[in-house]
Amino acid sequence: MTYLDHAATTPMRPEAVEAFTAALTGARNASSLHAGGRRARRLVEESRESLAEVLGARPSDVIFTGGGTESDNLAVKGLFWSRRAADPQRRRVLVSAVEHPAVLDTASWLAGQQGAVLEKIPVDGTGLVHPEALRAAVQADPSSVALISVMWANSEVGTIQPVAELASIAHNYGIPFHTDAVQAFGQVETSFAASAADALTISAHKIGGPVGVGALLLRRGLELEPHLHGGGQERDVRSGTLNTPGVAAFAAAARVATAELPAERLRLTDLRDDLVRRVLAEVPGAVLNGAPSGAGRLPGNAHLTFPGCEGDSLLMLLDAHGVECSTGSACSAGIARPSHVLLAMGVEEAHARGSLRFSLGHGSVAADVDALVAVIGQVVERAGRAGELAGLTSRI
Amino acid sequence: MGIVSGMKVLAAMSGGVDSAVAAARAVDAGHDVTGVHLALSRSPASDRGGSRGCCTLEDARDARRAADVLGIPFYVWDLADRFEAEVIDQFVADYAAGRTPNPCVQCNERIKFSAVLDKALALGFDAVVTGHHARLDPDGTLRRSVDLAKDQSYVLGTLRPDQLAAARFPLGDSTKAQVREEAARRGLGVADKPDSHDICFVAAGDTGAWLRDRLGPRPGPIVDSETGETLGEHDGAYAFTVGQRRGLRLGHPAPDGRPRYVLEVSPVTSTVTVGPARALDMRSLVAERIVWPHEGPVSCVAQVRAHGGVVPAVVRARGEELDVQLVEPVRGTAAGQAVVFYDGDRVLGGGRIRSLAA
Ligand SMILES: Cc1ncc(COP(=O)(O)O)c(C=O)c1O
Repeated sequence: MTYLDHAATTPMRPEAVEAFTAALTGARNASSLHAGGRRARRLVEESRESLAEVLGARPSDVIFTGGGTESDNLAVKGLFWSRRAADPQRRRVLVSAVEHPAVLDTASWLAGQQGAVLEKIPVDGTGLVHPEALRAAVQADPSSVALISVMWANSEVGTIQPVAELASIAHNYGIPFHTDAVQAFGQVETSFAASAADALTISAHKIGGPVGVGALLLRRGLELEPHLHGGGQERDVRSGTLNTPGVAAFAAAARVATAELPAERLRLTDLRDDLVRRVLAEVPGAVLNGAPSGAGRLPGNAHLTFPGCEGDSLLMLLDAHGVECSTGSACSAGIARPSHVLLAMGVEEAHARGSLRFSLGHGSVAADVDALVAVIGQVVERAGRAGELAGLTSRI
Repeated sequence: MGIVSGMKVLAAMSGGVDSAVAAARAVDAGHDVTGVHLALSRSPASDRGGSRGCCTLEDARDARRAADVLGIPFYVWDLADRFEAEVIDQFVADYAAGRTPNPCVQCNERIKFSAVLDKALALGFDAVVTGHHARLDPDGTLRRSVDLAKDQSYVLGTLRPDQLAAARFPLGDSTKAQVREEAARRGLGVADKPDSHDICFVAAGDTGAWLRDRLGPRPGPIVDSETGETLGEHDGAYAFTVGQRRGLRLGHPAPDGRPRYVLEVSPVTSTVTVGPARALDMRSLVAERIVWPHEGPVSCVAQVRAHGGVVPAVVRARGEELDVQLVEPVRGTAAGQAVVFYDGDRVLGGGRIRSLAA
C-alpha cells in the first residue's frame, strides 16, 4: 500500500501509541482529588507544558479540545460572540476564501443565524492572502470587525500564509486574530509567540497523535464565550472530562514531530520535489497548483491538476493500484465537488474537478514516489478517455 | 446470465436491497467487483422521507455499508448535472409539451446504461451490474423476471443491443422474496428496506405541485369533448395526465351522469379536454425512438405502462417509427410513455409513444 494522504490523517507515532496505551490502563479523572486523580492531572499538565514549549506558547494558553474542528468552532464563534457582546457594532467576520470548512462553515453559520456579516478575503492564483487585501477589507470599516481568521497553511494546496504580517494588521486595529495551524504544525515551524496570533488551532491526528484530540491556543486575557457548558475544566472556556490518554499522546507526538522537523522538512521537500518532477515527466500536461517549492509551501504537499480527467476517476484507478491519495475536498456523501480553494484561486471548474492531492509525512519513502510514478501515466490515460466522454477536453 | 468469471465489473448500488444482492452475486461469481453509488441529486436530503429510496445521503450510506459487508471497493459518482439535464429537464419539457414521460426509462437510457456504462468501459471495466429484475440471455435477449410482479423489463425495453451487451442483471431468476431472504442471510442491513415507488426527484410524490413550482401557473379551460362546453378552469395543463379522473373539480355533472376523464392535454392552448371513459380507448399508436430489429409485420403483445397488462398487437416498422395496431384497445395511455413488445417473456423491442388513435 502506498499512502500519499498524510494530510487527511497520518499514522500514530510509536511514542504516541505508547503514551496513549500507558495512560489508558489505570486511567483516572484528572479532576478527581485523590492520588490517582492527581497522577492524571500531572500527566495533563506535563503534556500542556510540553505542547506549549514546542509551540512557543505559555502553558496557560493551551486549551485542550476534541480536535481541530472543535477548536476552530470555539475560536470563531467564541470570539464573535464575546466581541459582539462587548460592542454590538462588531459584526463583520473576515476569513480567507480558502479556509477549511471548520472555519468557513462556522462563519457562514454565524452569518446565517447570528447576525454576522461574512466577508471572504480573496487569494491570488497560488492561494496566497495578500496583506493589502486584508488591510483593504479591514479599513473599509475597522470598528465593525469582530474577528479575522486566516489559516497558517492551506490543507489542499499547501500554501503558507504570511500569518505574522496578517496578525499585525489585525492588531493595528485591535481586532482579534485566529489562525488554523492544523496543517502547518509539525511540518513547518509554528510559533504562537512569533506569529502574534491571538488564537491558534492544532489537531493531534495530523502530526501522529490520536484522532479526536486538539487544542486551541488562546492568549490570556482574551475574552471568549464558551459553547460547551459544564464543569469548566479548561479555563472555564471548555467543559468536559479531560481526555488524559489523548492529551498525553498528543504531547508525545508533538515532541517527536518537533524534534524531527528540521531534518524532515528538508527530506520531505526533496521527496515532494522528486514526486512532482517525475509525475510531470510522465504526464507533461499536468499542472502543479499552489506556491512553488520553497518557504511558501508545505514540504509534504503536492497538488496537481490533470486536465481532461475527473479527479474521482483518477482516485479510483490509483486506489485499484494500491496508491491512496485525495481529491482534496470531499463532502459527507463522498461526492467530489470542485474545491472551493481552487475556485478561489481562479482555477476553472473543469480543471478543479481534475485535481489530486498527494501528501507526504513521517514514514513516506522514495518507494512511495516510485509506486505512484510507475502507474500515473496509464491511470491518467485511462481517466482521460473517460473524461472525453464527460465532455472534458484533454490538453495532455 | 452469461457471466464469465474474472471480469472487472462495476456494480451500480442505489442503497436498496436489489442492487446489494446483485453486487453480492457478482462477487460470488468470481468477478473483481467495484461498487458505485450514483449521486443524482444536486442537494440530496439527508434522510429518506416516505418511500423514496435512492437519492438521499442515507441511501448513499446504505450502499456504502453493503459494499463494506461484501468487502468491495466503493465510490460515489456525481452525476447530478447529467441527471438534471437529461432526466429532470426532459421530464419538465415533456409535461410542458403535453406528454407523460417515464423518467425511469429515460434514466436507464441516458444515465445508467449510457453515462455510467460508457465511463465504466472507458475506465477499464468489462460490464455493469444492476439490481434490475429482468433476465438477459447470453445472446442478448432481454426477458421478464421470473417474478412477474417485480419485473422491470419494461423500463429496460428501449435499450439498444450495444447498451445491453455490457449489462448484467443477476436477479432475473429470483423473486423479490428470495432476494430479501438472501440479503438477510448475507447480513446486508438493507434486507428489509422498503421498495422505492415514487419518482425519485419529486418530493412527497406530488408531481402536480412539483411541476407547478417549475413551470408556474398557466391557467386554461377544461372542455367537454362531446359538447365543446367549458366545464371549468385549471391553473396548468401540465398537471393533468390522460386517463386521470380525480381532481378535475368540475362544476356540474356530465349529461350521462358518468364520470369524466382527461382525454387530451394541449399545453399550447392550455386546454384540458375531458370525456367519457370509452373515449380513452386507443386502438393504434405510433412509436418513435425505437429499438426494433425485426422485418415485416410482427404479431406480439404490447405493454404501455410500467405496471400494466399487455394487449395483443401487430407491429410494422415504417422508417424510424413503428405503426402499432392494437387488437384490443388500451385505456388511458398517453404520448411520452414507453411501449415495449413481448413474445411470451421475451422482449422484442420498444419505443416511445408519439401519438395514439382510437
Ligand atoms: C486545516 C484544517 N483545519 C481543521 C481540520 C479539522 O481537524 P479535526 O479533523 O481534528 O477535526 C483539518 C483536518 O481535516 C484541517 O486540515
